[in-house]
Amino acid sequence: MFGQEILSLVIWVPIVAGIAVLATGSDRNAPLARMLALVGALLGFIVAIPLATGFDTATAAMQFVEKKSWIPAFNVHYHLGVDGISMPLILLNSFTTLLVVIAGWQVIQDKVAQYMAAFLVMSGLINGAFAALDGILFYVFFEGMLIPLYLIVGVWGGPNRVYAAFKFFLYTLLGSLLMLVSLLYLYYQSGGSFDIQTWHRTTLGMTAQTFIFLSFLLAFGVKVPMWPVHTWLPDAHVEAPTGGSVVLAAITLKVGAYGFLRFMLPIVPDAAHELAWLVITLSLVAIAYIGLVALVQADMKKLIAYSSIAHMGFVTLGFFMFNPLGWEGGLVQMISHGFVSAALFLCIGVMYDRLHSRQIKDYGGLANRMPVFAALFMLFAMANAGLPATSGFVGEFMIIMAAAKVNFWFAFVAATSLITGAAYTLWMYKRVVFGPVGNPQVEAMKDLTAREFLLLGVLALAVLGMGLYPKPFTDVMHASVVELLAHVAQSKLP
Amino acid sequence: MSLQSFAPALPEIFVLAMVSLILVVDAALDDSKRHVTYALSLATLAGAAFLTLRDLSSAPSVVLNGLFIDDPLSDVLKLFVYLSTAAVMVYARAYLKARNLYRGEFFVLALFALLGMMVMVSASHFLSLYLGLELLSLSLYAMVALQRDSAVATEAAMKYFVLGALASGMLLYGMSMVYGVTGSLALGEIAQLLADGTDLRLPLVFGLVFVVAGLAFKLGAVPFHMWVPDVYHGAPTAMTVFIGSAPKIAAFGFVVRILGQGLESQVAEWRDMLVVLAVLSMAIGNIAAIAQSNIKRMFAYSTISHMGFMLLGILAGTQSGYGSAMFYVLVYALMSLGGFGMILLLSRAGFEADRLDDFRGLNRRSPWLAFVMLLLMFSMAGIPPTVGFYAKLSVLQAVIELGYVWLAVVAVLLSLIGAFYYLRVVKLMYFDTPHDTQPVAAGADARILVSANGLAILALGILPQPLMALCAHAIGASL
Repeated sequence: MFGQEILSLVIWVPIVAGIAVLATGSDRNAPLARMLALVGALLGFIVAIPLATGFDTATAAMQFVEKKSWIPAFNVHYHLGVDGISMPLILLNSFTTLLVVIAGWQVIQDKVAQYMAAFLVMSGLINGAFAALDGILFYVFFEGMLIPLYLIVGVWGGPNRVYAAFKFFLYTLLGSLLMLVSLLYLYYQSGGSFDIQTWHRTTLGMTAQTFIFLSFLLAFGVKVPMWPVHTWLPDAHVEAPTGGSVVLAAITLKVGAYGFLRFMLPIVPDAAHELAWLVITLSLVAIAYIGLVALVQADMKKLIAYSSIAHMGFVTLGFFMFNPLGWEGGLVQMISHGFVSAALFLCIGVMYDRLHSRQIKDYGGLANRMPVFAALFMLFAMANAGLPATSGFVGEFMIIMAAAKVNFWFAFVAATSLITGAAYTLWMYKRVVFGPVGNPQVEAMKDLTAREFLLLGVLALAVLGMGLYPKPFTDVMHASVVELLAHVAQSKLP
Repeated sequence: MSLQSFAPALPEIFVLAMVSLILVVDAALDDSKRHVTYALSLATLAGAAFLTLRDLSSAPSVVLNGLFIDDPLSDVLKLFVYLSTAAVMVYARAYLKARNLYRGEFFVLALFALLGMMVMVSASHFLSLYLGLELLSLSLYAMVALQRDSAVATEAAMKYFVLGALASGMLLYGMSMVYGVTGSLALGEIAQLLADGTDLRLPLVFGLVFVVAGLAFKLGAVPFHMWVPDVYHGAPTAMTVFIGSAPKIAAFGFVVRILGQGLESQVAEWRDMLVVLAVLSMAIGNIAAIAQSNIKRMFAYSTISHMGFMLLGILAGTQSGYGSAMFYVLVYALMSLGGFGMILLLSRAGFEADRLDDFRGLNRRSPWLAFVMLLLMFSMAGIPPTVGFYAKLSVLQAVIELGYVWLAVVAVLLSLIGAFYYLRVVKLMYFDTPHDTQPVAAGADARILVSANGLAILALGILPQPLMALCAHAIGASL
C-alpha cells in the first residue's frame, strides 16, 4: 500500500506516534504512554527494514526517491531519497529509538508521555535529516531536532541541566544559522534551486567556496563535535538523562558527520581540498589531545563523552583523506560508534539507576556483585578501545590505513589513540569493576534485569557481528562512496 | 462625482457608519448589556470582511480624485487587519471585564483605529495617508490612557502622544519637501515626476530623510524606538495586544505605499537609511530584550528587532522583497497576537501575569498552554518547523538576492542573540517549578482562540506556501 513512500513512513510514523503518546496526557496514564511509545518505536523500526532489504548495492543513485512540490514560491521540494551513506544511518537511528524507549521504561517516572513523545518526534526528525535531498527540507529537520533535545536535556537532566541545555542549543544554532546563509547563497548561485544534487553540479568561485566551506565547517563541526567547538558535548552528556545521552552520542553527532559528506565535500570540493589541512589538524588534535583529556575524567559520562569526541575525530580525519578506504572507514566508524557509545551510556545508566552516582571513585568491585553486567561492560569497553574482532577496530584500522597512504605522520598521531583509548577505557573499567568492593552500597547492587540484559545483549551482538564480518556494511556504502569520491575529485571552479 | 465612484471605499464607509451606530447604541446600554456592543463590533468586522471579499480587485484602481487606491495589496492587508482586530477583541474581553474597562469606549476607539488603518493601506495620496495615520494614532493614544487611574498607563499615553506627534510632524515636514520638489501630493504623480528625474536633488533627499525618520518612528525602529518599551509595558495588556498586532500590518502598507510606490525611484537613497535602521533595530532590540524581567517589555524589544527584520525585506526594494516583508509582518502579527493573548489568558482580577516569573512551571499548570507558548517562542526565534522560520528565510533570501550577504550574516548572528531570551521563556515554563499554582482561569473562547493561534503557527510552518503565495500575489498585482 505504501510501496513508494517508505521514507515518508520512516519519518512520519515516529512523529505521529509521538503525538499519540503526548495525547495520553498526565502521568496517570503512564503505562499506556509507555506501551504506545514502544509500539510506535517498533513500528518505526519495522517500516525502516524495507530500506535495507530492498536496497540495491550496485548503484550510487538515490533510491526510494520521493519528490513533491512543497513551497513553490521558493522552489522547495519535499524531496527524499537515500544512498549507501544515509541508509545505514536511518536504520541505526530507528534501532536506537527502540533502545531508548525500552531503556526509559522504568527509570523515567516524571512526565512519561512527554519524555517518550520527545524521543519519538526527534527520531522522525533525524530520519528526515538523513533522507532529505532538498536544502531547506534538510534544514527544517536539522534545526527541528534541537527542540525535543533541548527539552530532553532541560526537563529530565541533572542538576546543571539548564546551563547544558542553553549551551547545547545556542552552540548548534550558531553553526546552523550561518549555514542557512550559505544555503540561501547557493540557492541564488544555482539559479533558484534548493536541490542538493543540483548544488553538487553548481560551479562556484574560490572565494565563495571558502566562505561556504567555513560556514559548513562551523555548522557540522559543532554538531560532530570537532575540537575546539566541542565543549558543549561533555556538559550536555553529563546533564542529559540516559536516553538523551544515547541519542546524542549515537545519532545526533552522526548528523554532523553526514553533513560533511552530503553538503560540504561535494558542494565545495576545491575549498575542501585547499583547506583539508585545517580539518586534518583539528581531527588529529581531537584524537590525540581529547584522548588525554578523557584519561583524567572522574565522571564516567564525561569520560565517554570525551572519548566520543576522539572517535568522531577519526571520522572527520577519514573523510579528508579523500580515498575510499578513509571514507568507508569513517562511515563504519560512525555506525560502530553508534552501537558502542549507546551501549556504554546504557551501562552507565544501569549503574546510575542503582547507585545514583556517575563518579568512578564511588564504584569498585562490581564484578563480584554483577558478573553478567561486568562481562557485557567488558565487551563494550574493549570495543571502545578498538580491540580487534569488535566493531570499534574495523573503522579505526581502515582510517589509519587510509591516513598512512597519505602521510605517515597522520597515521602515527591517529594510532596513538589505540594506546590512549585503551588506557582511559580500561583504566576506568578496572576502577569500576575490579578490585575490592569499596562501597557498602555496591554490596547491595543487583545484576541486570531481563530488560537491561535484552538491551545490552542486542548491542553486544551488533558490536561483535560488525567486528567479525563488516562486509555487508561496506558493501552497502561502496558504490555511493566511489561515485561521490569521483565527484569530489573534480574541480568546480568556473 | 457619482455615488458609484464611492463603491471601492464601501468597507470604510460601512465601518464608519457602524462605529457611529455603536457609539449611539452603547450610550443607551448599561453595564450588564455590554455584550451587545461586543457582538456589534465583531459583526462590524465580519461585515467589513464580507464587503472586502465581495469586491476583491485584481488590478489597482485609483478613485476619489486620486486619494484612494483599491488594489489586491490593500484588500489582503485589510482582511488581516480585520482578523487581528477581531482576535484582539476576543482575547481582551475577560481582561477588560476584570478591570472595569469593558466599556463602549474600547470598542469604539478600536473600530476608529481600524478605520484609520483601512485608510492607511488604501491611500494613494499624502493627505489621505496622513489622515489615516492620525486617525489610528489618536485612537491608540486614547486607548492607552483608557485606564485613567493607572499612573503607568497615563504616563505611557503621554509619552506615546508626545513622541507620536513629533513623528507625525517629521513626516509632514518630509512630505512638504517632496511636495516642494514635485508639486504634487498624489503618489502616482510623484512617482512619475521623480522617475523622469529632477534637478532638485538636495531638497528631495532632505525631505526623504524626514519621511524615513517619521516612518521609523511609527514602526518603532532604532534609533526612534524609545516609546515602544514604555508604551507596551505601561498600557493595559488588552491595549498592548492591539498596538502590537494590526497597526504593524497597516504600518507595513503605509511604508510600502510611500517608499515603494511614491518614492520608488529614490530606492538607492532610502535603502542605505533602512540598512542602518534595520541593523540597529535588530541589534538593540535583541540585546536589550535579554535584560528584561517583564515579558511585555521583553516583547516590546522583540518587536523592535522584528521590525528590523521586516525592514530587511523592504530595503531590498524588489517585488520579492516587499512580498517577503509582507509575509514577515503578517506572521509577526500572528505571533504577537498569540504572545500577548497568552499573557491576557494567564492574567486574572488583580494579577497581570506580565512578569517572566509568572510563566514559571506553566507546563505543570497547563501542558497545553505551555505547548502553545513553546510554539510561539520558537516561532519568534525563527526555529523550524514553525512559520517564524520561513518569515526569516524569505527576508534573508531577498537580502541575499540583492547581493548584501554581509547583511544576512549580521541578521542571523543577531537573531542568535534573540534566540536566548525566547529559550529562557521555554526554560521557565518547562524546566522550573511554578510559584503560582492556581489553575489557569480563562474562558473557553480565549482558550480556543489561543490554541488556534498556536496551531496556525505550526500549520503554516509545515505548509507556508498559501500565505507566501498570497503575499507574492498581492504585491505582484499592486506594485
